[in-house]
Amino acid sequence: MRRPFVSVEGITRRFPGIADAAPQTVFDDLWFGIEEGEFVCLIGHSGCGKTTILNILAGLDRADGGAVVVAGREVDGPSLDRAVIFQSHALLPWLTAEGNIAFAVRSRYPHWSRARVAEACRHWIELVGLTGAGHKRPAQLSGGMKQRVGIARALAVSPKILLMDEPFSALDALTRGTLQEEVNRIVAETKLTAFMITHDVDEAILLADRILLMTNGPEAKIAEVVVNTLPRPRTRHDVHHLPGYYELRNHIIDFLVDRARRLRGAMPPQWSARAVPEVRPAAAAAT
Amino acid sequence: MRTTRPLASFALAALLFALFVGAWQLSSSSGTGSGEMADPEYAALVGAAAATGGQTPFPSPIEVGARIWAHIADPFYVRGTNDQGIGVQLGYSLARVLAGFSLAALLAIPLGFLIGMSPLLYGALNPFIQVLRPISPLAWMPLALYTIRDSSVSSIFVIFICSVWPMLLNTAFGVASVRREWLNVARTLECGALRTALRVILPAAAPTIVTGMRISIGIAWLVIVAAEMLVGGTGIGYFVWNQWNNLSLSDIVTAILLIGVIGMALDQILAVATRAVAYQE
Repeated sequence: MRRPFVSVEGITRRFPGIADAAPQTVFDDLWFGIEEGEFVCLIGHSGCGKTTILNILAGLDRADGGAVVVAGREVDGPSLDRAVIFQSHALLPWLTAEGNIAFAVRSRYPHWSRARVAEACRHWIELVGLTGAGHKRPAQLSGGMKQRVGIARALAVSPKILLMDEPFSALDALTRGTLQEEVNRIVAETKLTAFMITHDVDEAILLADRILLMTNGPEAKIAEVVVNTLPRPRTRHDVHHLPGYYELRNHIIDFLVDRARRLRGAMPPQWSARAVPEVRPAAAAAT
Repeated sequence: MRTTRPLASFALAALLFALFVGAWQLSSSSGTGSGEMADPEYAALVGAAAATGGQTPFPSPIEVGARIWAHIADPFYVRGTNDQGIGVQLGYSLARVLAGFSLAALLAIPLGFLIGMSPLLYGALNPFIQVLRPISPLAWMPLALYTIRDSSVSSIFVIFICSVWPMLLNTAFGVASVRREWLNVARTLECGALRTALRVILPAAAPTIVTGMRISIGIAWLVIVAAEMLVGGTGIGYFVWNQWNNLSLSDIVTAILLIGVIGMALDQILAVATRAVAYQE
């Protein structure tokens, strides 16, 4: 069998029970893949282990069973090839915006001269639209600007994969929209492979090629893979006018409000963890 | 916070000071008054007040002021071992405090780093720290004198032992409570242990570490006076005790004031350092 670029193969994660309680299985035997250059979103309710999955992909956490294979090599720790954009931006508050980006640049290119690092920082600051704010510290930046620095820091290490843990959930709707467009543009331009956790359905439809739907935890499962057949390039202004958009959106929302809970204990008989069924709600409506 | 008016605060402070000095002047001028004169030779030997059986009067603010002025005008004279300028004595004390404090920082900050990063080490060393920390540093003095056999080095050791604990505990606490996500950033950037320690943990813990240093230097300055009273020889503590033996209260008041001023200066230096390493989350 051909392996996808990122291949998640039967990972399991258990958290030890408190006191004498039995260990809690967050998820068990999880399989999915991400092709090179593909944008995959994972949607599920809080507590289903989404962040844990991302941390395992990043190498920050370890699975209790199974493995993650990236480009033919098993993940055994964090790597500069897999950049993370954290939900809480996680900027170092004692460094300026430029200092935070420079810290990442120097991690990737330790032999670069001071001038070359500064040049690279200017480039990334410009790319994420922060020109003129490079000398400010995180505390002086708005939430959206902080996350822009977070995005620039992740991109500055020239990663192969971009991992995003609800990067826009702490932002107001207007800022979130602008940043979604920026990420959409940057990922399309750089052809990065991207994996994003979200619980915003519109965000997933705008950005993702495929959307993984997760049931509620504990023992969460990927119930379905929704293939987003809406044509690219998509923008926030026109995506909801595309034929099939509402079928796609309704399908995901139906899942979240009802089936995510119902399916938890009782998956349909044709479902299998290793070959999760794919659905194309938008394609059916468009034809 | 309400707006403060620095000028008004200053005026009130000046008024309070004037009231205090005024009350002091009044009470010290009314108490004196024994006309009876004893044998002049005896009086010359033991002091006029002792010869008449009276008490040495508490000095008036004017007498103390004159004494302070005399000390400040010539702070660094040396006329034999027992008669040295107040600046020289303060210099001895400061040198001991800085030596003991620096040694303590050299040990406590790296060790605190290790304890903060390793729960195993923390668990192993914590019982020792908890038992040793509440011991009055002066209780170590006899052991120090017995083993070191040098009074000056012994007082440096006492300063070391009293300033080591706040720095050790604050460093360990600061290092242990570095935000998980900052460490995760360092991990995803594949920073080595040294780079993570110097570029992430140290700046993140710096405000807590410097606060520990500020507490330590405060304690060290408190303890040096008592330590020098005990071992004698030189230093501001010895000076105070010597002047008590001379019954020279003006000199003692002068020393008390200068101890306060130097202590404040030490604290302010570290307050500036705290501001320099502070960051806003």
